[in-house]
Amino acid sequence: MFKTFLLGIVLGIAAAAGALYLVPPVDQVREASIVTVAPNGGNIESFHINIPMDRVITGAAGEGRATPEGLDWPAENVLANVRTEIFKIRNARDAVIGVGVRTAARQDDEIVIDWMIHLPARGSLFAGMEAAPREDGFRLGRISAGSREFRRLRGSVGERWVANTSDDDDEDAQDGRIELRAAYVGELEPLDGPEADE
Amino acid sequence: MKYVVSLLIGMLVGVVICGLTLIYNPFIGDRGLSPISVSDAQVMSLGYTVVPAETIAYTNDGESFQTPHPVKVPQLWEAPIRQTTAMAVLLHDARNQPAGIGIKVSSLSETSQLISGDAIVDSVWYVFLPEQGGMFIAQTENYWAFLQEVAFPAWRSSANNWRGTWLGDLTAGPGALGTAAVTGTSGRFRGLEMEAVESLSVRAFSSDTGFVSAEGRLLIELPGQTVDTPTD
Repeated sequence: MFKTFLLGIVLGIAAAAGALYLVPPVDQVREASIVTVAPNGGNIESFHINIPMDRVITGAAGEGRATPEGLDWPAENVLANVRTEIFKIRNARDAVIGVGVRTAARQDDEIVIDWMIHLPARGSLFAGMEAAPREDGFRLGRISAGSREFRRLRGSVGERWVANTSDDDDEDAQDGRIELRAAYVGELEPLDGPEADE
Repeated sequence: MKYVVSLLIGMLVGVVICGLTLIYNPFIGDRGLSPISVSDAQVMSLGYTVVPAETIAYTNDGESFQTPHPVKVPQLWEAPIRQTTAMAVLLHDARNQPAGIGIKVSSLSETSQLISGDAIVDSVWYVFLPEQGGMFIAQTENYWAFLQEVAFPAWRSSANNWRGTWLGDLTAGPGALGTAAVTGTSGRFRGLEMEAVESLSVRAFSSDTGFVSAEGRLLIELPGQTVDTPTD
C-alpha cells in the first residue's frame, strides 16, 4: 500500500506539472480582425470610438471639466498645455477590442498629437499625427513604433471627428464618433540566399 | 479500495509538493541585476505611484482586487479588454519634481507559463515630458518574483497583507538583455531608439485591496550620452 502511495505522489507531481505546462493561465478573447487590402499595397483596418460612451478619461488643465467626475487632474505647471484622453476602441463591427490613448500638447512652437492603440490579443502601435487635418477631414499620422504583431509594421493612421447630426439619438454616440483608419505596410527586410545575390 | 484511497491521497500529496516546489523554488523568478543599472550611459529616472487611489486614474474590469480610481471611471468590462488595465500617472524626475505624464496600458499575456516562472504582462507606456518630448515604451513584464515574494506571503498571512521592503525589476523583454524597447516620438527624443527597465518598490501590499504603499520607476538609457567615471 505504501508503494501505491508513492506511485500516487509521482503521478500527482506529473499531473500537476503537465497541467501547468499544457493549460494556459491566460486566454485573451479575440475578435476576428476586419482588414482590407489597400489598392497600392498594405492593409487597412478601421476603428472608431463612440463619444461619449467610449471615453474613459479626459484630463486637461484649465480647459473645461476633467471627466469622469472625481478625476483630479494635476495642477502642476508642467502639464499646463497637455490634454490626455483614454478611450475604448471599437472595430468595424462595433465591438470593443482595445484601448486607445490620445495626447495633444503644445511644446514650444510644436503641436504634438499622438495616438497609442493597444489591442490586448494582438499588440500595440504608436502614431504621431500632423498638427492640422487635411481637406477630407482626416488628420494623418505616421506609425513609428509598435509591439508584438505591430512591431515590424509601419504605415499611417488617419483620424477624423464625425459629429452625430442624425435625429436618431444613438445612445452610444450621442455627440459623434472618432474614426481611425490605420494603413499597415510591412518593413522591407534584407533577402537571404540566392535572391540576395541577384 | 484501500489501494485506490492510497493512490488518491498520494496524488493529492504530489500536487501539493508540485505547488510548493513552484512557489518556493529559488531558481526561478530571480533574473539578477538590470543591465541598465550597470550602464555607463546617462540614465533618465522617472518615478510614479502604483497605488490606484494615488494615481490620476486607474481602471480595470472592476472585478479585480484593485479598485478603479476615481470611483466613476468607466471600467474595461468588455470581453476582449477584460484582462487589461489602464493607468494615468504624474511622473517625477530623479529630484522628485513633476516631469510629465505617463499612461500605461497592460494586459495579461498568453505567453505566461507558471511552471517556468513566467507570469507575463504585455504593457506599453506613453510618456510625455513637456519640457523634453515624448516616448513610446513597449515591454513584457514578468511578475513572478513579485507574486512569489510579496503577493503569496500576503495571501497566506492571517491579515491578508504584507509589509517589508521589496525591490525588483519587472521588465523582461523584448530586448535580449531583458529591457524594454523605447522609441522617441517628439521633442529631443524624436527618432531615438532607446532601452528601459521598469522596477517596482513595494513596502505594503494587501491581497484584498492591492498595493498599499508602493512606487514604480522607469529607468531609460539615453543613447550617445555617457557618464564620465573618474580614472586614476
